[in-house]
Amino acid sequence: MRFGVVRFPGSCDEVDALLACRRFADAELLWHGDRSLGGVDAVVIPGGFSYGDYLRVGAIARFSPIMAAVAAFARDGGPVLGICNGFQVLCEADLLPGALLPNTGLRFLCRQVDLTVDHADSPFTRALAPGDILSLPVKHGAGRFYAPDDDLRGLEENNQVALRYALGENPNGSLNDIAGVTNAAGNVLGLMPHPEHAAHPLSGSTDGGRLLQSAAHACASNARAVA
Amino acid sequence: MTGVRVLIRPKAGILDPQGQAVERALPALGFEGVSDVRVGRMVELEASDPTRIAELCERLLANPLIEDYEVVVTDDSAR
Amino acid sequence: MPLRETSRKGGSLSERSERTPERGVARNGNSHHRELGLTDSEYEQIVDRLDREPNPTELAIFSLMWSEHCAYKHSRKLLRKLPTEGAHVVMGPGENAGAVDVGDGLAVAFKVESHNHPSAVEPFQGAATGVGGILRDVFAVGARPIAVLDSLRFGELDSPRSRYLLDGAVAGIGHYGNSIGVATVGGEIYFEGSYEQNCLVNAMCVGIASRERLIRSAAAGHGNLVVLLGALTGRDGIGGASVLASAELGADGADRRPSVQIGDPFEEKKLLECSLALLDRGLLRSLQDLGAAGLSSSVSEMASKGGVGIDLDVSKVPLREAGMEPFEVMISESQERMLCVVEPELLDEVLATCANWDVTATAIGSVTQTGSLRIFSGQAPAGDLPVSALVDDCPLYDLDPQPPSAPLYDPPPRRLANDCETHATLLALLASPNVASKRWAFEQYDALVGSRTARRPQSADAAVLSLHHDGTSGALAVAIDGNGRRVSCDPYLGAAEAVLECARNLACVGAEPLGLTNCLNFGNPEKPHVAWQLTRAVEGMADACRALRVPVVGGNVSLYNEGPAGPIFPTPVVGMVGSLPDARRATGSAFLEPGHAIALIGPFSPDLRGSELEKLRGGLADSLPQIDLGAQVEALAAVRAAVRAGRLASAHDVSDGGLACALAESCVAGGVGARVNAAAPMQASSLDDLLFGEGAGGVVVSGPSEAIAELVEAAGSVPVEPLGTVGGHVLELTAGAASLSVPVEELRAAYEGGLPDRLS
Repeated sequence: MRFGVVRFPGSCDEVDALLACRRFADAELLWHGDRSLGGVDAVVIPGGFSYGDYLRVGAIARFSPIMAAVAAFARDGGPVLGICNGFQVLCEADLLPGALLPNTGLRFLCRQVDLTVDHADSPFTRALAPGDILSLPVKHGAGRFYAPDDDLRGLEENNQVALRYALGENPNGSLNDIAGVTNAAGNVLGLMPHPEHAAHPLSGSTDGGRLLQSAAHACASNARAVA
Repeated sequence: MTGVRVLIRPKAGILDPQGQAVERALPALGFEGVSDVRVGRMVELEASDPTRIAELCERLLANPLIEDYEVVVTDDSAR
Repeated sequence: MPLRETSRKGGSLSERSERTPERGVARNGNSHHRELGLTDSEYEQIVDRLDREPNPTELAIFSLMWSEHCAYKHSRKLLRKLPTEGAHVVMGPGENAGAVDVGDGLAVAFKVESHNHPSAVEPFQGAATGVGGILRDVFAVGARPIAVLDSLRFGELDSPRSRYLLDGAVAGIGHYGNSIGVATVGGEIYFEGSYEQNCLVNAMCVGIASRERLIRSAAAGHGNLVVLLGALTGRDGIGGASVLASAELGADGADRRPSVQIGDPFEEKKLLECSLALLDRGLLRSLQDLGAAGLSSSVSEMASKGGVGIDLDVSKVPLREAGMEPFEVMISESQERMLCVVEPELLDEVLATCANWDVTATAIGSVTQTGSLRIFSGQAPAGDLPVSALVDDCPLYDLDPQPPSAPLYDPPPRRLANDCETHATLLALLASPNVASKRWAFEQYDALVGSRTARRPQSADAAVLSLHHDGTSGALAVAIDGNGRRVSCDPYLGAAEAVLECARNLACVGAEPLGLTNCLNFGNPEKPHVAWQLTRAVEGMADACRALRVPVVGGNVSLYNEGPAGPIFPTPVVGMVGSLPDARRATGSAFLEPGHAIALIGPFSPDLRGSELEKLRGGLADSLPQIDLGAQVEALAAVRAAVRAGRLASAHDVSDGGLACALAESCVAGGVGARVNAAAPMQASSLDDLLFGEGAGGVVVSGPSEAIAELVEAAGSVPVEPLGTVGGHVLELTAGAASLSVPVEELRAAYEGGLPDRLS
């Protein structure tokens, strides 16, 4: 089983994601300029400041050549994980609903937070159970999840909210304390907290590793062939 | 070439903490009677094909889910 | 572009020795050199070195190369007192950064630098470009930056200006460090009235490299090419030198010459990866970053170190602004640029590598054997300067140190009555900005990127970073420390304390210091009392370094930090890097388990002189307690050994706010109380001195009672005093007849609320 971690100009946590993925399966970097995913089984779009966050977070990265392949992979049901900036890119690319706005506190915030698992139907959350508490770090300046009222209601009713900040832990003003959402089909997950920074025991929590391990397990048991 | 200025604002109804922070700071600086502050972005450019500007705004310069935009032609003369 | 004619001084040696007072004035009667900061005597020396008058381009270059900032005219001789040799030193002072060997074929490069004056003008960009600059210094020696730390000083928080500067500086550091993806893992922030007009922003960077990839900056190889990498060159930072412009810019002239440099971390990230890639492929002969004085200083220093000359063609430099004159191109301080020396056969590969990383690369000159920096604009000569005159032969000045005859600083405002009872005093100290939690600041920094951070800000006395990603143990500890107010009480002892404090912080995580970098922030050295502060501080630092056997591998000096009210507190800032065998044994500062025993390691003679409590009471002493260097060094080693033995739960040194604050901090961090009896043999002259006194020494440790009992038993010449037990939800502190009992939640509210409450 192989993870592919996309690297854009300005990505910061791609090597971190690579290291974390390698604890559970093979993993390689995918250059944003390539048009092929090289046959990986799951795609990770990492955190950072792709294109300097210029214009709008994720706005430029979503037009990178590789994103067409990521979109096709996602449409075919391939597992895609967007972490922080990756979540922002997936929203801009319309692979996930909603948008990420600047934190209500107007400041970048790096802090360990507790999350509750709301729905565990994606390849990345299948090994978890609703109600599980995860401890993951957030580190972002624009993590406030927003969707217009109707879309938000639809998300909730359709069980697309995967993770929420625990009571009192919402660091950015996200509507409904949303920390992570999936697409309708459930194969694409975006979240603002960083699972790759909670995979090694020295980081204080290994809860993030559970998300990657879940995907590794899901892909191995599916033995799917991906174009 | 047409000179164009695109003004991008957060959509009404979306919390704009930057606008709020500016508004709250004004009285202490001696400005009373200022309200409804919204903070956005401005992009200036020159385009050879002005008919594509709307598409450029929709696809890249603004995110229509969360932002409104307004296009102002600054210079219509052929260069 | 017409250049002013240079006058050629003819005549015999005897004629040349006849100086007329008007010699310092250029032909057309202007005294531009004075506007550029050169004295008449310095101008005469320039004319002497050149054997003629300098043209405007040459004068601009001299004015910068001979400025205090670049030449260290007043400090170079004094800095020779610092010890720079050590078994682990791989690169000593003089290179872009110092480096020490950390085993396994790895070296760690590090340095601290100031960006004080730009931050006072525009704190966000000043602090951001300060971070950018120190990052470049580290990857210029071939090391990948892995950590940033910042030492910041502002006026008191009552001042809206100081709140504004703090806000901007922290946001700027976060902006640059977070965007480029280097973890900001530590730092310190202090607030003193002395810094109101002259804030201090010192940025430190640590990087890691295999020893073979380290590279020096000396240009070498006659015929090798000088290649400029990175951002386009504009008029950034030209400022005062604009008097030399031959063309008027008109009404919008001020806008064309921005005094604020704007940093672009996205550009620097590309430059960083590109530079390391070039080094990995062995394509570079030498590498140098462009900082203060831009091209002129980089080129001069590269040539000087290599004992060579360099020819430069400014018309080849890619520009952001039209119509820049040669002097502007030479002294521009546009950010995110590097200079390298490349063998001609390798140029194509260098250009291809740069193109791959979207980094502009242009050959702009070549290495020669002339010993001169020759500047051309296309075919036209624009300047011809002997390299030695620019760098090594610049005038150096002796300081004239004299102790001040009267107090230099106003006492701080009183905020606490002398008879305020102990409970309230403790809470007031915990909430005071110098002691209080800096969470408001460090949560704006990404402390995690890079996956090396084993100890995050405020969780331990030093930051700890893993050296390897493959699970092999081996870690680095880094800390940055200083206390200008205490140095003002006694510059020699205060500076020594700063070095010891830094080493003690490293010891608390089990690290042995390998090297030190320092930033000396002082007032005007031409004033005898400042010269005295500077001299005594360097002597104190030198003696402490020698006692600890820690070499100084690099640093920075920032002088003339003063205003009409006088100089800033003399503020030597010390950054130290150490190694520890196992990051898992890097103890934090929090009490962990009810039932654990608490002890105090080390000679500890707490004293209110120079302390935070003295400050809150409106006082400022003119002396500090004596230090027994040998005893302190021994105590550090004992702490380090105890931590490395792996049986301690916490280690936290006593510093700002004294013993009571250290105990309170360990309670707050662990969410648990403690029962402490501090009666015992600490030599303190009063209850206040005992509880709140500061001074070198004293580490509070906790752990399983057997482990602590063993420490007490085994204590030889290093005293280990049992203090009490962890448990409950209250800090109970007894000292003789006095006692206080404060719920941990109250301690937390004061400690965590101190800074946010003053910033809302």
